[in-house]
Amino acid sequence: MSKKLDHKVIHTDVLIIGGGTAGCYGAVTISQHSNLSVVIAEKANIKRSGCLAAGVNAINAYIVKGRTPEDYVNYATEDAKGIVRKDLLLTAAERFNSVTAAMEELGLVILKDEEGNYAARGNRNIKINGENFKPLLAKAVKEASNVTVLNRVNVTDLIVEENEVKGAIGFHILDETVYEIRARKVLMATGGAAGLYRPNNPGFSRHKMWYPPFNTGAGYAMGILSGAEMTSFEMRFIALRCKDTIAPTGTIAQGAGARQINSSGEVYEAKYGITTSERVYGTIRENLEGRGPCYLKTSGMDTDKDEELLKAYLNMAPSQTLKWLESGKNPSEQDVEISGTEPYIVGGHTASGYWVNTKRETTIRGLYAAGDVSGGCPQKYVTGALAEGEIAALDIIEKIQEEKELSGDLAFAASKIEEYEGKLKDKPGLFTVQELEEAMQKAMDEYAGGISTYYQFNESNLSLAEEKINQILGLWEDLTACDMRELMEIYELRERLIVCKSVIAHLLHRKETRWHSFNENLDHMETDKAYEKYVNSRLTEGNLQMIYRDIVKEAEYEHKD
Amino acid sequence: MSIRIDQDKCVGCMKCIDVCPGSLIVEKDHKAHMRYPKDCWGCVSCVKECRFSAIDFYLGADIGGNGSTMNVSIEGDILHWIIRKKDGTITEIQVNSKDSNKY
Repeated sequence: MSKKLDHKVIHTDVLIIGGGTAGCYGAVTISQHSNLSVVIAEKANIKRSGCLAAGVNAINAYIVKGRTPEDYVNYATEDAKGIVRKDLLLTAAERFNSVTAAMEELGLVILKDEEGNYAARGNRNIKINGENFKPLLAKAVKEASNVTVLNRVNVTDLIVEENEVKGAIGFHILDETVYEIRARKVLMATGGAAGLYRPNNPGFSRHKMWYPPFNTGAGYAMGILSGAEMTSFEMRFIALRCKDTIAPTGTIAQGAGARQINSSGEVYEAKYGITTSERVYGTIRENLEGRGPCYLKTSGMDTDKDEELLKAYLNMAPSQTLKWLESGKNPSEQDVEISGTEPYIVGGHTASGYWVNTKRETTIRGLYAAGDVSGGCPQKYVTGALAEGEIAALDIIEKIQEEKELSGDLAFAASKIEEYEGKLKDKPGLFTVQELEEAMQKAMDEYAGGISTYYQFNESNLSLAEEKINQILGLWEDLTACDMRELMEIYELRERLIVCKSVIAHLLHRKETRWHSFNENLDHMETDKAYEKYVNSRLTEGNLQMIYRDIVKEAEYEHKD
Repeated sequence: MSIRIDQDKCVGCMKCIDVCPGSLIVEKDHKAHMRYPKDCWGCVSCVKECRFSAIDFYLGADIGGNGSTMNVSIEGDILHWIIRKKDGTITEIQVNSKDSNKY
């Protein structure tokens, strides 16, 4: 027998889906500059949800003394081999420093030199103690009187009519209540997608991954299903990480100056190039050619760095500190083995996400995107997420029409409620969410360029991946849940499967290898000038239509078609 | 990679349940229980939230875990991280939350 769910309807000026870095900063910005009502719908709790749960130990997108925002644009453009939106990069970079100053006001600790300037780590980074970054932001949201936070509310679908967003619908993951949230504007800030591919540690530690395992690509999936245009899903992100703990390498490499070496002790990084993808690719090649394992050479470094490294990792990835201590050897006494992770889809390191105008409005009117869910602006990182939250919030304030009726199609909400209730059954189906998730990860790993194929694929592989993902989507229909949390898991799987389909389609349509490892196409192993374009897609009448767009040159981009 | 909640030390304040970004901890008999140990990301938000040192963090054997556990107690700005090795050895690392990372 299926359950009957309560139905709550909420009206607000602005709905923010996802209370991570971008979403919280967007809410705070709206609160500071207007009296608009804001609701944040967050499936966990904004205190520690999103990418910064454990903390972050550097601001990696900052304009240090002597550098300009244009320098940053050039760096990110080169790193992504030209497939970027310079209008988005520049508008984000122009705000990197002001949003950092705002975070310092909220209590963020930033290292300063003797003259009181922020201490730089390289050309684009500053050193902080970001262990409490997210609690600081959450506190600012709590203090904003016109912001309501709905923790543990999992949004599954946008309400869109005639290509204009009207709100969203979801459910509480503990109470048996459906939330239908009607809004004049919606800011999507759900983050990117992890868990599409079989992870590095597929057993007990399957969630010990780079990206939050709870970021399932929900915002992408909602946009795809509503017909939003998406960009660059073929620019996958693979992180180079400390093996096993999947902890960051930047702190050791840039912070402590450790180089990448192979098992013979040879520094190999310069051999393959130093872009983000080339650093991963080089490590893969060294392993493939029998010169692995690869390491960051920390042995022999000054022992006075040991304690600081142990502390630095406690502030962002405590498992690495525990690993060092457990081994009985400090960083200066052993090298740190490194490996590539499974591929992720993100808009903060690479450029996957919504195709937006310069103000971060998507191709669906009234729907904005900020942070990892928003595309075209790689290497924006944490400050970029803050900047995009701010840019979107300011445009929302400018464009919103408060007198406009909060209307919506009642039939859509009713059909969603019926769908949720239909899945809540005591009688289990043949397959579980877990089993189908493993099937999806296996298909993506083996046929769409996962770890087991050294991130490589050809078009025959991709066609098989597509067939298998479609089969799993068919099985998804019959999944059942015994409670609301399980219902969330069912929808998280759907989100991942929808994103997988887009990833496969995008990989199939970039018929070149532009970024080693990130898109290593064995049928087209060279970079092809003809593909100096964005690969975009839009779901039209159930089919994913691919769109090749010319590189945007204008300073201000607006949607035209 | 996961956590273990000591049922004797847990007072049932439920702060860990509130904060977990994966909604992995549940209430059972007025105590917190880790319902999904394989789904833990290792962010240690719950460990930092617990004022009773009831939550231990550990590495799975599949990623090199050798039986050590870690938790933290917080006094003002100072985080006292306590690492207990399998042989009973205890290491403490103090981190001042007002100090920036050096790297």
